[in-house]
Amino acid sequence: MRVLGISGSLRRESHNTKLLRVAGEMFEADGVEFEIYEGLKLVPPYDEDDDRDPAPAAVARLRQAVAGADAVFFSTPEYNASIPGQLKNAIDWLSRPIGSSALTNKPVAVIGASTGMFGAVWAQAELRKSLATAGARVVEGEVPVGHAHTRFDEDGGLNDPNIAEQVRDVVDTLTGAADTAHEAEMRREAVAA
Amino acid sequence: MSTTEAQVVPAGTWAVDKVHSHIGFAVNYMAGTFTGSFSDLEAELRDGTLRGSARVSSIQVKDPNLAAHLQAPDFFDTERHPEITFESDDIRRGGEHLTIDGEITLKGHTEPVEITGVITDPIQDPYGGERLGLKLEAKIDRTKFGVNWNNPLPSGEPALADEVTLIAELQLSKQA
Repeated sequence: MRVLGISGSLRRESHNTKLLRVAGEMFEADGVEFEIYEGLKLVPPYDEDDDRDPAPAAVARLRQAVAGADAVFFSTPEYNASIPGQLKNAIDWLSRPIGSSALTNKPVAVIGASTGMFGAVWAQAELRKSLATAGARVVEGEVPVGHAHTRFDEDGGLNDPNIAEQVRDVVDTLTGAADTAHEAEMRREAVAA
Repeated sequence: MSTTEAQVVPAGTWAVDKVHSHIGFAVNYMAGTFTGSFSDLEAELRDGTLRGSARVSSIQVKDPNLAAHLQAPDFFDTERHPEITFESDDIRRGGEHLTIDGEITLKGHTEPVEITGVITDPIQDPYGGERLGLKLEAKIDRTKFGVNWNNPLPSGEPALADEVTLIAELQLSKQA
């Protein structure tokens, strides 16, 4: 099984990217391949005039990475009570073509971190809404990591076991959803054959 | 199947005329009623039992983005649950009026449902066959079937009602 991590924050020292690395270690400990997507910054602004075949290279790469993963694990900060523009832009590209996009029926999970006290809860809700509307299979579970600048030790690990446990729960839920999706696909293929 | 049931609707097998039949739904949304239908449907009245189904992928609404969203896990989850099905347990008749008890399966959930409607007496059609008509309606609570999407209005009230009216207008032709 392969899980793709997408951080809504582009900066090098992003708390959300650190949070994804923590989740990634949990996936890998379970024998699940995990990779954090690099290159979100290169995705151009969505423009229907550019949404043709072949898609812009950075978009094609993003779509391929999502399509090739069994599940996607998002971690988002909160900008002005919502998700970062570049993350929303990526969802907009990923949602096309409508009904048969890389996100259609894809198991996805959303967690988030912010330096404020609320841990990007609004952004997580907005991201879940966008992903569900795009046709993704959004799993239950929310992890609001508030005061994110105080939550990581020097090695990048979480210093709060309660938060680590919450991340663990979402990791397990997403793995279960990806397993279920995989089994359902096998059944459909068996019926088709 | 009791003999009483066999008497309330004509005996034998009656198969749906898909072109002249309609299966749809209506649900209150914001300040009005939102409606949609399924173009790919099956229905059969056989020995007093009514069965019907609709392919969710054939949903017809006025916007392709909405059609895709309705097929997503937020709503019908077509990938996992491609059909909506119905089967009657009991049909009662008073004049032209019918009351049908049965079970509907939608999004993997099976729930009892009461359908009310009317039935026509069989007529001779222009093609040398015999046909009858059914106009049926049932109200279901979509949340019992795991269809829970909503969006709050500024007032805090939900935009989409839980109660959905299912509508079927069927022409069924007598099979040899």
